[in-house]
Amino acid sequence: MLVLDIVSSILLFAGVFFGLTGAVGLFRFPDFFTRVHAASITDSIAVILIISGLLLQTAFDLNTAKLLFILLFLMITSPTASHALAKSARHGGLLTLGESKQQKQQMQQKEAGQ
Amino acid sequence: MTAVFSAVCIAILVVMALALARAMKAPTVYDRILGVNMFGTKTVLFIAVIGYLMGRPEFLDIAIVYALINFIGMVAVLRYFEYTAPTE
Repeated sequence: MLVLDIVSSILLFAGVFFGLTGAVGLFRFPDFFTRVHAASITDSIAVILIISGLLLQTAFDLNTAKLLFILLFLMITSPTASHALAKSARHGGLLTLGESKQQKQQMQQKEAGQ
Repeated sequence: MTAVFSAVCIAILVVMALALARAMKAPTVYDRILGVNMFGTKTVLFIAVIGYLMGRPEFLDIAIVYALINFIGMVAVLRYFEYTAPTE
């Protein structure tokens, strides 16, 4: 039981670490699509680690099934939501960092030409 | 294990606060939606962990329902914003 507790704590703290890095990345990354990357990737790994940590705390009963269902559902919905968000941002006209730099350069060249 | 669960709960609350701060103050509307999405996912985890902290794993049912509602809400909001192209 003690070994299970230790492994479970390690998994939980690892999951929390990834969650915190994701939250910091949400503020620190330069353009929108990298921020989606930070949020979604750390989101999914944090979910896997924390739910696994909780799974080790269950006896093999209904709660195990519920936790597995939450894990499965989040593993399906989290990437779907990220994809939909990036797609709708693209439709909304958001540019990546490289593209917006390129656009700025072209504007400057046009101004210099005139 | 109670101490571990408490620490994890507090850390998840910090993550939720950061996501909410991002949702309140962000350059584009998509960043706000991203913050809200992260807030929702972390809420599911928070409910699951706090169920084990209180010794009441029945909270997992609420976590499942919250995950479903969060996803449906996300898709609905994104459908609304996909072609209206709001810029702030």
